[in-house]
Amino acid sequence: MIDTNVYLSRWPFRRLPGDDTAGLVSKLKAVGVTQAWAGSFDALLHRDTGGVNLRLKQECSRLGAGLLEPVGTVNPAQPDWEEDLRRCQERYSMKAIRLHPNYHGYGLDGAAVKQLLFEAARRKLLVQVAVQMEDERTQHPLLRVAPVSLKPLAAALRAAKGVRVQILNHMRLAPEELKELAAAGDVCFDFAMVEGVHGLARLMKTIPVERIAFGSYYPFFLIESALGKVKEASATEQQMRSIFTATAQRLSGDGK
Amino acid sequence: MAEVIRLGDRMGIERFCIYLGYEREYDPDPRQMRAHNDSVLRALDHYRHRAFGFVYLNPNYLDESLKEFDRCVRDGPMVGVKLWVAKRCSAPELDPIIERAGAMKAVIFQHTWFKTNGNLPGESTPMDLAELAARHSTVPVICGHTGGNWEIGIRAVRSRPNVWIGLAGSDPTNGFVEMAVRELGAERIIWGSDAGGRSLASQLAKVTGSTVPEEAKQLILGGNLKKMMLPIIKAKGFRL
Repeated sequence: MIDTNVYLSRWPFRRLPGDDTAGLVSKLKAVGVTQAWAGSFDALLHRDTGGVNLRLKQECSRLGAGLLEPVGTVNPAQPDWEEDLRRCQERYSMKAIRLHPNYHGYGLDGAAVKQLLFEAARRKLLVQVAVQMEDERTQHPLLRVAPVSLKPLAAALRAAKGVRVQILNHMRLAPEELKELAAAGDVCFDFAMVEGVHGLARLMKTIPVERIAFGSYYPFFLIESALGKVKEASATEQQMRSIFTATAQRLSGDGK
Repeated sequence: MAEVIRLGDRMGIERFCIYLGYEREYDPDPRQMRAHNDSVLRALDHYRHRAFGFVYLNPNYLDESLKEFDRCVRDGPMVGVKLWVAKRCSAPELDPIIERAGAMKAVIFQHTWFKTNGNLPGESTPMDLAELAARHSTVPVICGHTGGNWEIGIRAVRSRPNVWIGLAGSDPTNGFVEMAVRELGAERIIWGSDAGGRSLASQLAKVTGSTVPEEAKQLILGGNLKKMMLPIIKAKGFRL
């Protein structure tokens, strides 16, 4: 089982059970996860992106027990973001990068984003885009951050042919929006924040199951939530293989 | 209702407490209020063995609300009261409702949120509920959703022993149940699903994924609510 949406380090506003790396790995193993793509909460607010990615790589190597795959962050609103991208792949052997546009103050329609997607395609790096990190209603009043608008993404993808993208933490995408994104390129989705008694079942009817990859958003969310959603949706064995493993393998370039 | 029961079977839920029909008026008039409760009564006709009903009341129509309580709870099969966003619950208009419900030992569920981006005009916060609970210190009330911002909500009701918190209706954020058990004790926490709007899975995860002891989880998942409902269930001759 591959969990495509996990975070290391500390959420800025409270301690979370499992926010120490050893505890997180132990929990993931206990529920059957064999590989977890780990970003860092530090990526949200730290400006030394190079330091964030270095510590992430070191932490995954030191305590990841062969389970954690580091996913570095790149902030295309920063100067010399291209060097961060280069280091992620060439120095740290990362297979994916994770973007937090709303915490970094940029939209998906800028020239730098287009350039980033183009570079990621050239380097065969997966680009994860985290739409949101927390319900707006519960955010700290001093740091209110709206979700990322995905409206410009379809056009940006069409211009960066071949780039693989995974949308994390989407919540209220309409069926038309999901279909448009899925048609615009090689776009996959997790379902950590998809809600409603038929939330995942509806997602599975709207886009091919091969575009859905398991992502828990642990430790901010309890991993049992995403696991339970698959049960609630009555996924077949084949669908579960896709959701839990095959889609992620293909996204990371490990699949056939 | 059939679909909710089917999903409940799959996810291990034995009984549902149901309230509100399909519409979502923030301030329903008496006709609308009765329509909501008629929907629940119809559902109970078919699913009495799997569901308990709560009467939906609007304190802005106090006389009609008290009559609805009598129709649905005193003289009907419902066992609880649902209060939503028509009026902040600290208002004195709620006192007769709480007194009447308390006299019959009906379960009282008050929606609460404490939204960073602002509440609806009549939407209660946990602090409002704490005020109401102070005026009716012998009547148990459930702080629905624990205000969403549960770190604040738990603190707001901590000193009111007649307030239980409801877990339903927020994201499956890690640490909620741990803080609640630490500050309130497992006996004052009640699990709920907020189904339709939420998945059963995300809401169950709050308890099943928490690090509290198994005995605490069992209390939260059903033991506490059963104990709260027992007096009115027995009075009505129902079986749990």
